[in-house]
Order: sequence, then C-alpha cells, then structure tokens
Amino acid sequence: MTNPSTHPFLQVENLARAYPSPTGHDAVTVFDHVNFRIHKGEFVCVTGHSGCGKSTILNILAGLDSASAGNVFMDGREVSGPSLDRGVIFQSHALMPWLSVLENVSFAVKSRWPSWHKSKIRDHAMRYIELVGLKGAEHKKPSQLSGGMKQRVGIARAFSIEPKMLLMDEPFGALDALTRGVIQDELLKICAETQQTVFMITHDVDEAILLSDKIMLMSNGPHARIAEIVNNTLPRPRERSAIHKQPHYYPIRNHLVDFLVSRSKQFGALRDAPDAPSSPTVFDPEDLIEAEIDPVVHLPPVGKPHIHLVNA
Amino acid sequence: MKTKLTLSQKAGLLSLGLLAVILLVWQLATLPDTHAAAANVDPEYAALMGGGAAKAASSFPTPGAMAQTVWDRLSHPFYDNGPNDKGIGIQLAYSLARVLGGFALAAIVAIPLGFAIGNSRVVYQAINPYVQLLKPISPLAWMPLALYTIKDASASAIFVIFICSLWPMLINTAHGVANVRKDWLDVSRTLEVNPLRKAFRVILPAAAPTILTGMRISMGIAWLVIVAAEMLVGGTGIGYFVWNEWNNLSLTNVLFAIFMIGVVGMALDSIFGVLAKRVAYQE
Ligand SMILES: Nc1ncnc2c1ncn2[C@@H]1O[C@H](COP(=O)(O)OP(=O)(O)OP(=O)(O)O)[C@@H](O)[C@H]1O
Ligand SMILES: [Mg+2]
Repeated sequence: MTNPSTHPFLQVENLARAYPSPTGHDAVTVFDHVNFRIHKGEFVCVTGHSGCGKSTILNILAGLDSASAGNVFMDGREVSGPSLDRGVIFQSHALMPWLSVLENVSFAVKSRWPSWHKSKIRDHAMRYIELVGLKGAEHKKPSQLSGGMKQRVGIARAFSIEPKMLLMDEPFGALDALTRGVIQDELLKICAETQQTVFMITHDVDEAILLSDKIMLMSNGPHARIAEIVNNTLPRPRERSAIHKQPHYYPIRNHLVDFLVSRSKQFGALRDAPDAPSSPTVFDPEDLIEAEIDPVVHLPPVGKPHIHLVNA
Repeated sequence: MKTKLTLSQKAGLLSLGLLAVILLVWQLATLPDTHAAAANVDPEYAALMGGGAAKAASSFPTPGAMAQTVWDRLSHPFYDNGPNDKGIGIQLAYSLARVLGGFALAAIVAIPLGFAIGNSRVVYQAINPYVQLLKPISPLAWMPLALYTIKDASASAIFVIFICSLWPMLINTAHGVANVRKDWLDVSRTLEVNPLRKAFRVILPAAAPTILTGMRISMGIAWLVIVAAEMLVGGTGIGYFVWNEWNNLSLTNVLFAIFMIGVVGMALDSIFGVLAKRVAYQE
C-alpha cells in the first residue's frame, strides 16, 4: 500500500496562508512553504502548537478554504473546492440535529449516489452505522447521544461516502480518555479494513503514535512550517495496551514531546528569512534510538536533514 | 387525609380561584343599588357625567346577563339575518379569512425574500434601508392608499394584514438563514449538495424555528390589526361587529366579541406553538 516510489496520492507544494492584519496593512502569514506528500493508504497525523495553522491546512485540503499561495494536488488533479472525494470529520461532529442518526448518514449517502433507491441508501447507511457500533441507536437524534456516539456518527458519515481520503480535525479532542481509546481502536480497525488514506490533526502524542504511519510536526507561527516528519514504523496491527513495549515507542514519543516542548519554538530563524525555502527533516525510529545515546542538542540548519537529539 | 397536588393542579386551582374573584368583583360592581349609592355620595360627579355614569352603571352587563348572551350567541353561531345581524361564527370566519389571506400572501413574499437577504450580504445591505423605513409604519396608515388603489374594502383589509405580517417574517427568515451554523454548511459543501437541496434540506430546517417565531409574531400582530382594520372598512368581520354593537350600545355584545377575539387569538397562537414544537431541534 505505502509505496514511496510511485506518484504520491496527495501532494502539497509551497502552501502558504496569510490573513489581513487587524491593525496594520501587512498581512500576517500563518504558515508558508508547507510541503508534504501523502501516499495512498497512508495514515498521517499532524501536530503542533495551537494557532500554528493546522486547521487552516486541513480546510485547504478539504477545499473549504483557499491558500494564499501554493498548490494541492490529489490524484494528479489540483484541489480547487470541496469534493466528495475527500470526507471530513469535524471536531464539533457537525451532525444536523433535526435528523436522526440514520438520516444524517443517509443524507451523505444520497449526496454521493443521488440515483440510488431509498432502500439501498438505507442499507448502505446502516452498514456504516453498524461498523461504528451504533446499531440500535439509528433512530435517535444527535441530542440523545453521548459525545462519543456523536463522533462515531460523524465517522460513519465520512466513511459512508467512501472517499478517496479522509480529513480529521482533532476528532476526539472533546472526548474523555476512555471513550477516546475505544473509538481509536475502532478507527484503527476500520482503516485497516478499508485501506483509507487519512490526514488527521491531533494534540495527543500517544494517539498519533497509535494510529499513524507518519507524524508531521509543525513549528510555531507566524511563518509556521512542517519542520519535521517522523516515520512511524511500529508494526501493525497495533494494540493500545501493548504498543509501549515496542522498542521504538519511547524514542518516538520522547522525540515528539521534546519537539512540542522546546524545538517547535526554535524555528524563529525562519521568521527572519521568511522566503527561505524549507523541506522538513525526516526521521526514522532507528535514528531516534541512536540519538538517545548521544545527548547533544542543537538546532537544525534550514532545509537540511538532520538528527535531533532527545534529553530523556 | 392528605393528598399531594401536582404543580398544574395547584395552578389550575389558583386559576379557578382567580376566576371566582373576578366574577365576584364584577357581580358586586354591577349591583344596581351600589351604583345608585355611589351616585348619591358624589352628585357632582353624576352631574359632570350628565347622568351617564348612572346610565352606564345600569346597562353594564352583570355576569349572569353576560353568561346568557354567551350561551345564546354560541348556540347559534352561523345565523344570517342581513348585513347588520350575523352570527358570531360568520363574523369570525370573515376576519379569519382576511387574516389568513393576508398572512399567506405575506409568507409567500417574506420567506423567499428573507432567504435571499439572509444568504447574501449584498442583498441584505441593499434591502435593509427599505425594511428599516417601512417596518415602523403603522399598518393602518396604509389603509387610505389601499382603498384608493385597490378600491375594494375587503381586499384593502387583506392588504393591511399583508403589510403588517410581512416584516416579522421577513426579518426572522433573514436572521435565521444568515445564522445557520457554518459547520452544517461546510458539511453540505464537502458533500457537494446542490443549492436547491441545500436550501430545503439544510438551511430551511436549520432556520425553521426562527422563521416560525417570525410567523407566530406576524400572526399575533395580524389578529390585533384585523379588528381595527374592520372597524375602518366596515361591512363584515369581528371588528365591524364590535363597532356595530357599540353603536347599538350593546355592551354585552361588545364584551362577548372581546372575549371571542381573545379566544381565537389564543387558538391561533397555540397552533403556531404546536408547529414550533414540531420544527424545534435540540443541539
Ligand atoms: N479568519 C481569520 N482571520 C484572521 N486570522 C485567522 C483567521 N482564522 C484563523 N486565523 C489565524 O490563523 C492561525 C491558525 O489558525 P488555525 O485554526 O489553523 O490554528 P490551529 O493550528 O488549528 O490551532 P488549534 O490547535 O488551536 O486548533 C491562528 O493564529 C489564527 O489566529
Ligand atoms: Mg484547529
């Protein structure tokens, strides 16, 4: 499934987004020179500090927002607006409260296949409602569901249209740890079954390690970038209860936490030279284990792959 | 023995008690000798009123007379003895027909227009000055213009109802449409929902509670205005009936009409209450 030699499924080139400044005339550049690729079937997580522009990137990928500069290509075609090819799971679940669970999912199914007969739409929607474990609750209104159940309906709705790619903005951010764990397990299972390509924003380092093939780390804004990419090669299928016993688990985790705690701020140099192009530094877990032996910390030169060191 | 009363039982008892008090005060106030005594106590007042006070006192209906009238009129609501003597049911039907006609016309105009205003900042800013200017005008001020142009009393009354029903529906529809949650619009954008389906399946249900509130306010105002409008245009309707009975000096009938206006107004409002419940959703 993940085959780096073929054309990437999703390609993001030099993406930038600026907002007009509330005071002066100069625009505020939230992020620029954002470059990354996602291959078919890959699960990619993005993390970074609040306000660095993660949601903005996701909205641009979804076609709900437009970039100030740069391009997004999916399957060789430029993304220029929302499309059924990209399913979105919203943080606020965004269910329509006047529709039942079944009607919410059916609404999406009918949008995808307008010519389908009513019973076929219903059967298709029910299949995905069962997949997220909500059979029996299909006639309930969203207000009668718990937060976790609502988020599951959002997942069922996004999967039901069988999109080529799934975009998720902190889908489990509002859930308690237990519920979150259960839904993460379900998501792992569904993604394994469907070979879904996923772009997901999360603030939860453990969630990123559990779910992803690749973790992208964003530096702080303004002029935020994708500063580092960690290849998460932990073997699948992954078990939440056993994953921390993997030898690569803690090196990856420490690396991520260390980035969020300290390195994410150290890209100020990029702000002084905002036009300097950059490509993210890529890490493999083996690099990180070596790094742990040699505890020297220093800043990476812009645009050159470099190994970061972790104080464990 | 002690029984616990529910809240609505308590409220019901209190309501009945209140009714008893009102009827008692009414009865006492309309006792003929009390008023004669009052006139004796203050002859200057009686002189000022030109004997009117005493006359009014004697012709103001007692609760018993009132009950008799209510019973008589409600047992033959649909008789028709010529232009000045029709059953209450017929008069109310005339008024309701005018109200529903004007209201329906207003809804046909206000809801699509409100959609357009709510959907577009440009249309909103273009139309807003007109709405602001026209909204505070008393609907009855349009009456001469309506009579002049339409040249038909009944249609003019419908026009006045149309005008007064228009604004709350227009403003609420625009407000409801403009404030549909962005999430739901984003969902329909990512699902590539076509504009017509989006309007009917997303925006309309999302804005329905606000729109219905506007319709309810409009209906309330329309029912207030129809009485005044019919007093002006005459001929038929509950407003005309009130005015006619006042000219006949039949306060009993006037009181009866007031009571019926209240009952019908309450019924109309509760219909909208039921509708509002049906389109309400809990986020
Ligand atoms: N409409 C707007 N006008 C001006 N600035 C905006 C606007 N929307 C977002 N921003 C700015 O863009 C930046 C990125 O916002 P974004 O929502 O993408 O952040 P985020 O990384 O998703 O943060 P979080 O983790 O808190 O969700 C923020 O600093 C914000 O102030
Ligand atoms: Mg965000």
